[in-house]
Amino acid sequence: MEDTPIEEGETNKDIEVAPALIAVHPTQKSVAVAVGSDLRVFDLHGVSAVALVDDTSVPFHKDSIRAIHYSADGKLFVSAGDDKVVKVWSTESWRCICTVPSEKRVSAVALSHDGLHVCFADKFGVVWVVDLDGFDGNQTLVNKKAAPLLAHYCSIITSLEVSPDGRFVVSADRDFKIRVTLFPKKPLDGAHEIQSFCLGHTEFVSCLAFVFTPDYPQGFLVSGSGDSTVRLWDISSGSLLDTYEVAEKAGLLESNGTGEECNPAITDLCTFPDGTLIAVATQRQVIKPSLHLQGILLLSCDLSTRTLSIAKVVSITGEAFIPTSIRTSSSAGLLWMVTGVSNMHGFDQPSLARVRVISGSEKCSLSSPEHEPTVLEDNEIPGGDKLLEKLQGSVSVEENVFLAAAEAVKTAMSNLLVKKQYSTEKREFRKRTEMIEKIKSDKLLALTALSKLIL
Amino acid sequence: MLENEANPTFSKSTGLPRKRFYRARAHSNPLSDSHFPVPISPCHVDYSLHYPQFFSSSDQIDSSKKIQVCRYWDKVSEYVKERISALRVANPGQYQNISVVRTNSMKYIPNYFEKGQLSKMFFLFPDPHFKEKNHRRRVISTHLLDEYAYTLRVGGIIYTITDVEELGDWMKACLESHPMYEALTEEELEADPVVKLLSSATEEGQKVARNDGQTFQAIYRRIMPAI
Repeated sequence: MEDTPIEEGETNKDIEVAPALIAVHPTQKSVAVAVGSDLRVFDLHGVSAVALVDDTSVPFHKDSIRAIHYSADGKLFVSAGDDKVVKVWSTESWRCICTVPSEKRVSAVALSHDGLHVCFADKFGVVWVVDLDGFDGNQTLVNKKAAPLLAHYCSIITSLEVSPDGRFVVSADRDFKIRVTLFPKKPLDGAHEIQSFCLGHTEFVSCLAFVFTPDYPQGFLVSGSGDSTVRLWDISSGSLLDTYEVAEKAGLLESNGTGEECNPAITDLCTFPDGTLIAVATQRQVIKPSLHLQGILLLSCDLSTRTLSIAKVVSITGEAFIPTSIRTSSSAGLLWMVTGVSNMHGFDQPSLARVRVISGSEKCSLSSPEHEPTVLEDNEIPGGDKLLEKLQGSVSVEENVFLAAAEAVKTAMSNLLVKKQYSTEKREFRKRTEMIEKIKSDKLLALTALSKLIL
Repeated sequence: MLENEANPTFSKSTGLPRKRFYRARAHSNPLSDSHFPVPISPCHVDYSLHYPQFFSSSDQIDSSKKIQVCRYWDKVSEYVKERISALRVANPGQYQNISVVRTNSMKYIPNYFEKGQLSKMFFLFPDPHFKEKNHRRRVISTHLLDEYAYTLRVGGIIYTITDVEELGDWMKACLESHPMYEALTEEELEADPVVKLLSSATEEGQKVARNDGQTFQAIYRRIMPAI
């Protein structure tokens, strides 16, 4: 008799807490925030909120959005999540031009550089690809079906990226692995040629990004993980070039030297367009309830020595703000951050979001260490109050609610991505109870069948 | 020394472990994460544990051929481990280049083996997982063949054998449709001494022969994909 399979990602049918996400148009024409199933977009050129148009068969998202992405040229926007659909939007008209069904809940998305293909990963470890052929303006593409591209056997894929030169697709999972696969000429036939595996993380890999400059056009991969490190990789060989341990530095953001162990998971990272600066967001380690120092780590990447080092620690003061998602635009040099959550239990507001912006990071490098990036006030950010009203929603939220939200996101991430270590006794107990449950349900089925026969 | 008298699980005559004391359930679940340790990457594998004669310290690299057996069921791994130890004792100097590791080869092959490290891979009488919903647990599938192609060098050979016809057809279809494998020709199959051993040298193969059953093989070479 077989064990009841423990299928990752599909056991918890309860509505999970979902972190808020942010994405920025490459030339900062617009900013998008996803909170739960709500997709909010603000047009920075026209300084106005955007009303999304969706007349496809399944309009708008019905469940938490788990991934959002602008295409490299900014013409397209993709959103996908727990409602098992991938939506492609035109950023000119903000109409949904395509809705692609997925068998499982979607956990990550990426776009090819030419904007012709959308890749998305599901919680079962399969990466799918769909082609956007035939889109020439505004009409809706119907009946687009995705084909399997590659798979990480039964592992939740947390992040998908395409390399700067478009040659490789990189996928990271919760089993500490990063796989680099050649992006084929015919993606719909599958990506079978694995270039390398980047192995070295000792916990789930949570985020990926590339650093690259005109001198190093192929770029290097940067990854963040639950093991509290940021690592630099050469993807053609899979070699680990450098490891940065965030733990001690994150301690700087919290109280000073209490001697407590501090191993916050990396929740998100993104690279600045100049190719040498990496912004890192971490989970919050509560050391003292009274201490609310938190912020962003700015790491400097030296592409010639292939090393990572700390450039700056940017503290965010004045309010509880633990970013759940951070992004930069290719121009402008601003770091956009959002903190927020949806489906939180026990509060009047199940969904909440707060957006903040850091400016001046790009000027902050090892050559001018005295320059300090600044966290902008609400009236200083592009779009000002109008943008905040659209992206945050118009409800004001108390500080303790944001703290509770951060904890809820941390617990949800841990439940999803950290492998449960059961002791031998607990494992045997679980096997026995599962077996007893199965026998009971088998008996019930048999009795029902029998009673139907007799009657 | 072997404890033949004290330990009834070992046969008195051959000194080898007796299979019937290592019975396992017929099926195992490769989806559940088990509790065996997994190396972080291939350079973290401690070869001195497996091939003590060749690796007295873990920084010695021996490039000559080794055989590594990967098994998922703990009882079977135990049996193979005991058998190898017993054979090494009974035949000094021999059986030094074979070892067993308990792992989930569907998830952790890249953790053990580097790109192109293997020259041959054998999949002998794998679990058929008959039900359609369980087909994704089969050890040969299009997606997993990508990973096996990564660890197999170009020109390396993958050998599969089963006594279940449906599974044999499935494995052959997966390999045939995969761009990184090509079938060996009849002449090549004849010339390869290993091919006959698949059915004659394995205990499962011998059992099938005793019961007048049929075996189904699919043997393919890892190639560079056509541009």
